[in-house]
Amino acid sequence: MELVHRRRRGAELFLLLLSLVVGIGAYAAVGIGVDGKVPADIITYGGSLSALVIAAHVTVRLKAAYADPVLLPIVSALNGLGLAMIHRIDLAPTGHPAHSKFAAAQLVWMMLGVLGFITVLVVIRDHRRLQAFTYTFGLAAVVLLLLPLLPGVGKTINGARIWIHVGALSFQPGEVAKVLLVIAFAGYLVLHRDALALAGRRVLFVDLPRGRDLGPILGMWLISLSILVFQNDLGSSLLFFGLFLVMLYVSTERPGWLLVGGVLFGIGAYFGYLTTAHVQVRVTAWLHPFAKDSGAYQLVQGMYGMAWGGLTGRGLGQGAPQTTPISWSDFILPSLGEELGLTGVLAIILLYGLLVERGLRTALICRDNFGKLMAAGLAFVFALQVFVVVGGVTRLIPLTGLTTPFLSQGGSSLVANWVIIALLLRISDQARRPPPEFSDVSEDMDSTQVVSMR
Amino acid sequence: MSELTLVLVRFGYLAVLWIFVLSAVSVIRSDMFGARVARQASRDQAGRSQERRAAKAAGKTRSKPVRPRRGDPTSVAILEGGNSGEVVSLDGAPLLIGRGNDAAIRLDDDYVSTRHARIASSGDQWYVEDLGSTNGTYVGSTRITQATAISLGTQIRIGKTILELRK
Repeated sequence: MELVHRRRRGAELFLLLLSLVVGIGAYAAVGIGVDGKVPADIITYGGSLSALVIAAHVTVRLKAAYADPVLLPIVSALNGLGLAMIHRIDLAPTGHPAHSKFAAAQLVWMMLGVLGFITVLVVIRDHRRLQAFTYTFGLAAVVLLLLPLLPGVGKTINGARIWIHVGALSFQPGEVAKVLLVIAFAGYLVLHRDALALAGRRVLFVDLPRGRDLGPILGMWLISLSILVFQNDLGSSLLFFGLFLVMLYVSTERPGWLLVGGVLFGIGAYFGYLTTAHVQVRVTAWLHPFAKDSGAYQLVQGMYGMAWGGLTGRGLGQGAPQTTPISWSDFILPSLGEELGLTGVLAIILLYGLLVERGLRTALICRDNFGKLMAAGLAFVFALQVFVVVGGVTRLIPLTGLTTPFLSQGGSSLVANWVIIALLLRISDQARRPPPEFSDVSEDMDSTQVVSMR
Repeated sequence: MSELTLVLVRFGYLAVLWIFVLSAVSVIRSDMFGARVARQASRDQAGRSQERRAAKAAGKTRSKPVRPRRGDPTSVAILEGGNSGEVVSLDGAPLLIGRGNDAAIRLDDDYVSTRHARIASSGDQWYVEDLGSTNGTYVGSTRITQATAISLGTQIRIGKTILELRK
């Protein structure tokens, strides 16, 4: 008996249709909640959303027939829900005229995201080819991360210098860099894992790595620290260092690296706290949000919103999420918590959990080590982002500016995340494709006896 | 819009959301380990039906060979070991590698089993598969446990011998 994965494209289609009910249903419910009637443009809106999703599905059918059936529907549901919520905040009277077009722009970004998804699946036929670009991608990622610091191109928004402006377009290069970094890390670690796994001194049941192998992790630590200091971006700094650490741990199976990384992270965080005012504000807001002049207005508003939502929420269009600053982006989860309640937020977090689980499952069944590392890294990008955002808005950890994947408004992040899903589907297609059958050489008669000496 | 409708919409939407989550979970559950296929049996059956077909087609010409495309591997070169320098054409694929008399690539190497491994193609992809050898077959630095895809220049190590596909 052997286990073979089936294609499951029918199951994917079924889940996709359900996910469209989730997305378009949210749009209709927002219309009923705000205006008292189903919005008139639901046909065009639902049609464009369905067309995008079906286009993605057809591409998967043609180009990655054995790919995981659950990833795409989860993404489609989250994206539809995010669009509806952004649209709902657009409708709310904020007295801020610029805030009325976010949903339309987000739909355009989703189109670009799906286009990127299709392009990746068509162009990249075999993820192992990407290993050849290890250092090219690594270099490109570093250049992209440095771009916002260039005068003229870079721009500071809300205190963080992570945007570049070309003409009327603004873009966050860090989002693209995160995809490139996963590929670069995977390519590098797959070659050097044996050396990095060598044990050094043993301290308290944990083998610490050798001192001479600390180069890469120190380099990554310095890059993360400089992102924190020069770009004031707590979230990306945490994401990149955490990503490298986890991939290092996955490739070497040495808990010692986590120990070393944890200590380095602690030092870095304390250093950041001492030197940058940005971090100090965030920590104060985290520890004493209700104190006078704590600077935690946004955080407090978000928490009041979630509390008002309670177990089942106010209902879509019935709450007041617009009272939280930036409720359409960083704080979209409290907005959803206010209108869908704990029940809805739990469903959303569960969806993220399933997304990460499918990514890690892909890593487990993948046959080549490069694909394994890449899938694990890509899945972890989502896991860390969701943890940092949810932890931030619920005051488990200090608030950092990371986007909620697929939900929050923001084009660069949406496109990058669609590309990540395409890469995961490509790897899972390779992993789940049944191994070829050869039935020409008979093996039964005089095959070599296997003698196990253990 | 009446209060009742709003409440119904509110709970209806949460229900839809959870139905989606639970359906996703149920698809994952049915997909957890893949489908059970009696692989050995189907392989035996395939082998038998192939023999039958071969017997039937004995008079006719052999099944049409797939025309090789440019850039596809056409031979296996032995780079290191007792037989280094030999080049064997892939025309007779699948090729059996071993120390035995029936091996297409016969290696004079003490660490090679009688029927050690074989190289075969599926579609336009070439694979190497270990046939339960004592000392194992390595692609790169990893010992393979199942049919592994190889391409031009991938080094296959068997005992002290290293082989690779050539154009």
